[in-house]
Amino acid sequence: MAETAAHAARPAHVEEHTSTGLPNTKLAMWLFLGSECLLFGALITTYVLYRGASQTGPYPSDVFDIPYTSVSSFVLLASSVTMVLALTAAEKHDHVRMRLWLLATAFLGMTFVGGQVYEFTHFYREGLSLSTNLFGTTFFVLTGFHGVHVTVGILMLLSLVGMSSTNRLPDDPAFPVEMVGLYWHFVDVVWIVIFTVVYLIPNAPPK
Amino acid sequence: MATASVPARRGGIVRRPTSTTGLRSWFTTIDHKKIGMLYGYTAFTFFIIGGLEALVIRAQLARPDQTLVNAAQYNQIFTMHGLTMIFLFVMPMSAAFFNYLIPLMIGARDVAFPRLNAFSYWVFLAGGLFLYSSWFLGGAPNGGWFGYAPNATTDPTPGMTFYALGLLITGIASSAGAINLAVTVVNMRAPGMTLFRMPVFVWMGLVVQFLLAFSLPIITVALFEMLFDRRWDTAFFDPTRGGDPILWQHLFWLFGHPEVYILILPAFGIISEILPVFSRKPLFGYQFVVFSGIAIGFIGFGVWVHHMYAAGLGPVANTAFGISTAIIAIPTGVKIFNWMATMAGGDLHFDTPMLYAVGAVAMFVIGGLSGVTHSVVPSDYQQTDTYYVVAHFHYVLFGGAVFGLFAGMYYWWPKVFAQKLGEGIGKVQFWLLIIGFNMTFGPMHILGLEGMIRREYTYPAALGLTFWNEVSSAGAFLIAFSVLLFIVNVVRTRRRHRPLETDDPWDARTLEWMTACPPEPYNFETIPVVHSLDEFWHRKYAEDKEGRLVRVPAGAAEPAPGPAAGHGIHMPSPSFWPLVAAVGLPTIAYGVMYSWWLVGVGALILVVGFTGWALEPSVAD
Amino acid sequence: MTPGPRKAGGTVTRTRARAGDAASASEVPSDVRKRLWSVLALLALTFLLASCSSYKPQNTFDPAGQPAQEQKNLLVPVLWVAAAVFVIVEGGILLISIRYRHRKGRDRIPAQIHGNTRLEIGWTIAPALILAVIMVPTVSMIWQLAAIPANAMHVTVQGYQWWWGFQYTDADMKVGFGDHGPITVADVLVVPAGRQVVLSLSSEGGGAHTTDGIPDHMVIHSFWAPRLFGKQDVVPGRTNHITFSTNEPGVYWGQCAEFCGLQHGRMKFRIAVLDAQHWDAWVKSQKLPGVTPTDDLAKEGMNLFLNGVSSGGQCIACHAVGGTAASANAAPNLTHFAAREHECFAGCDFETFNPDGSPNLDALSAWLTDPNAVKLGAKMPDYNLKPDEIDALMAYLYSLK
Repeated sequence: MAETAAHAARPAHVEEHTSTGLPNTKLAMWLFLGSECLLFGALITTYVLYRGASQTGPYPSDVFDIPYTSVSSFVLLASSVTMVLALTAAEKHDHVRMRLWLLATAFLGMTFVGGQVYEFTHFYREGLSLSTNLFGTTFFVLTGFHGVHVTVGILMLLSLVGMSSTNRLPDDPAFPVEMVGLYWHFVDVVWIVIFTVVYLIPNAPPK
Repeated sequence: MATASVPARRGGIVRRPTSTTGLRSWFTTIDHKKIGMLYGYTAFTFFIIGGLEALVIRAQLARPDQTLVNAAQYNQIFTMHGLTMIFLFVMPMSAAFFNYLIPLMIGARDVAFPRLNAFSYWVFLAGGLFLYSSWFLGGAPNGGWFGYAPNATTDPTPGMTFYALGLLITGIASSAGAINLAVTVVNMRAPGMTLFRMPVFVWMGLVVQFLLAFSLPIITVALFEMLFDRRWDTAFFDPTRGGDPILWQHLFWLFGHPEVYILILPAFGIISEILPVFSRKPLFGYQFVVFSGIAIGFIGFGVWVHHMYAAGLGPVANTAFGISTAIIAIPTGVKIFNWMATMAGGDLHFDTPMLYAVGAVAMFVIGGLSGVTHSVVPSDYQQTDTYYVVAHFHYVLFGGAVFGLFAGMYYWWPKVFAQKLGEGIGKVQFWLLIIGFNMTFGPMHILGLEGMIRREYTYPAALGLTFWNEVSSAGAFLIAFSVLLFIVNVVRTRRRHRPLETDDPWDARTLEWMTACPPEPYNFETIPVVHSLDEFWHRKYAEDKEGRLVRVPAGAAEPAPGPAAGHGIHMPSPSFWPLVAAVGLPTIAYGVMYSWWLVGVGALILVVGFTGWALEPSVAD
Repeated sequence: MTPGPRKAGGTVTRTRARAGDAASASEVPSDVRKRLWSVLALLALTFLLASCSSYKPQNTFDPAGQPAQEQKNLLVPVLWVAAAVFVIVEGGILLISIRYRHRKGRDRIPAQIHGNTRLEIGWTIAPALILAVIMVPTVSMIWQLAAIPANAMHVTVQGYQWWWGFQYTDADMKVGFGDHGPITVADVLVVPAGRQVVLSLSSEGGGAHTTDGIPDHMVIHSFWAPRLFGKQDVVPGRTNHITFSTNEPGVYWGQCAEFCGLQHGRMKFRIAVLDAQHWDAWVKSQKLPGVTPTDDLAKEGMNLFLNGVSSGGQCIACHAVGGTAASANAAPNLTHFAAREHECFAGCDFETFNPDGSPNLDALSAWLTDPNAVKLGAKMPDYNLKPDEIDALMAYLYSLK
């Protein structure tokens, strides 16, 4: 059963038999994303519960720049498109195009994160820090957690590129790309929720 | 088995280990059975430590106004007692059973992600050690296992920072384990093993993994918020900046209530396996028992406010959750009747596993009844935060869960260690334990109703609480003696070298008893094809025309492994990357407390660990 | 226990019967059994008597007011139902265990019954019905207890680390001096018999500190006087309420019932319920400012209190005495420290008076000498008071009737 690999050939992908027909990793990823829903749910709930409860400023309306954040949100949304394109290329066994679109996705993700860093620095200069008030506390923690998740996603994307470049991915690399894609799309959907709840829904004027 | 990919010629970063024996193999093992044993040894050690903490508590409270320990020491001891027993004993001991038995019971060779399994264990160990290092680094957690803000967020000693970080670490271990075991059960069952042919123990395990996967993220958020309040002055629970301490309670109990079902369902599963074997008849109402377990899983997310009746949420909330709490008593309670009906009409053999299983049921009934009195909300205003509650949860957790775990230890000891634990000492030990247990916790019902609050390091003589406290403390030492006897039993059994006469010493019903004692690393020579619930039993016995059972002469156990045993079965090689990666987590935690450099080092260790893990070939070159 | 088939197709073997395997009850001689039963009975009697004998000041089963009486009335029938279920279920387990236990020499495999749907549905519905019945009076009382009556007396209960303060907020309970603020006391809540009292629970803190400078914090407490009412939590940022009343004058004990830090276990209070005559007298004296002492030693004590002690410590940084410059509220109000009703001090941890009514100088001097030594972590700093300063301060405090 143990095959010896061809010298420079990519590893072959062996389908395991499972009770549901779904691969173990896919099932695991969905369950993991389910638990992540609870994680972000609790963070978003905290934000919503404390909306309007800050006793001092700065308040959201003082610092938010909706057009700016809309652009960076669009960037992240676009990265989901490039992710799909990467998967399509992977399914066609086109490793070159796949790497290209994976890099594009990672780049767009980095742009998003970079945009957030810039935005946070701007808020900080306006006087909003973690400890200033409830808005600062809940905003930075919620978006910060999301940003960390995006960063981890970027690392996974770059790892895929690296592994593909060094022939460590199977000839048909669609599966690992799909798994990372699932995670990436999830992070994107979470951002849509955060953007809506935090930025778009009008905040109560300060008391 | 995990996705097999044929390695490229150029392997991983370092050579992957191959040995499965010897001391070093315990650090690199990815075999679910060895990992289960690691969990078991570690959890039992923490049980002893938590028990010693309990003895200090009971010694201090035996009489009024004692000064065995002062207030600061006492608050750390009772906090660590709770944290140890819940997070470092019952949960990992349940993990020990799940890890060892689930693949065997479903006819699999291992779990879905064996290295992730090892990672979970090492992270758990790291979390436990991190938590206990607090004693030497400025003070152990002292805000109670429930860590209510703002007391926990404003306490000046570092203990509650250890609490937040320590539980975050162990939470990662449990989350990874939950995903691993859930996928294993759903996806790796032997051919023919439909969900409704799985043993009840596996079902309870599945429900527990879902409870973990969905409740742990909530306390993760709570712990981060507490950590940020303590470390970076955020305002989450700071009333002076508009924060609401009740938010902590909601987040904590949204986890905390499913947690108690996480603690009891494994024992329910164990009881559901043992009673049929020692009654020589099948579980009465298998489907009912399974569905009630699932129901408990769902409803368990809808009762959390019953820990907060006195918090002042208002009559609407208290009414709603009073009703939901009453409702959850139903699926919990009907199991009792199913178990009784399993025993009724049977041929009951009261070997030690059976004694413990029946004892667990009997003790759980008492805890369940006091739980029902808690749902009488206005009376709960008197009961809550008193020793009445302490009595309740010890009856369900110690009487129910721990007795269930002891039952499991006695029952599966021959499977794991190829010997039965001594029956003589076992029976004596059981009776001493159940007497000591009732002596310790029975009086606490009275103490609570007579006005003894929880979490006090002393009380005045004028309260008239002395007598029952003395009785309770005496009982605690009886428990300690009985646990000592258990250890004696283990040591003597080990020394005795009396091998089993058969690999199926209890004439059991489920697949794990089809394998050798202990099982080969690959578990089954050939994966069995399953045709029914209690597959092993039905291979041994067939029903004749009158429905009576007749032993099938062909036998059902696996043939003894011959020289060609295991030929063609390739198990994944051991690996040290899970251990390496696991070390990264407490490093980061210490870094958060003391130095950003350490955070960087820890993160690096994590990344290196995961990279090595991802790149190593599945078999050594 | 008959094991299953052996490895590799051997014959079934039995485990050897071992000495010490469970002997049945019938093998114990009858005179020993009789003696065992009488010992058990004696023990049971002893336990019962021992627990019933002494007075227990915080006994929820000895209610002296409302709603404690109603809460007990709700619980007792439920306990009886629980007891009945206990007897039936545990008795059932016991009977089944005895009736169906394996008898030696008779190795049988019983009928393999898998279930009985009707029975299972039955034993699901029965508990559901019992619980539904229990829920009706439960829900009703939840709403009843949540109601706040109109003509009640109002007191704000203030929970600090680790003592209780009380402020009487009704219009007719204002002091007759200074800014005419509410009557403020600590440790002992004094109320009239026969009148409903509404308590508003408030968490306080931030003004006091230990010798090491560790401040007291606003944390969650819980106010509980078991013989009068069930507890409600004292949560920073919200105001919970307790309504209670009693017709029986007396002193009722209570404690903080939510873990609140180091001295949670010794954060106590009492409720002194007075008959009409004594209540009027108490209110009248509370409306007066703190007594100005005539005694020299007490005068010296007052001087130290108001102007600071030799080490530089200022009592007035935290404490208040009505009618003087001392008006801080970070620590117990001392205006009527020596009033007869003020039975205890320092989180109601020490008796103000000896059993014979004389001042408990031992306790107070120990407290003043080093609060941390008698109550670890107490938020009253150690001002290194000299013995003569302590004597003077005590004389002053005991003059504040």
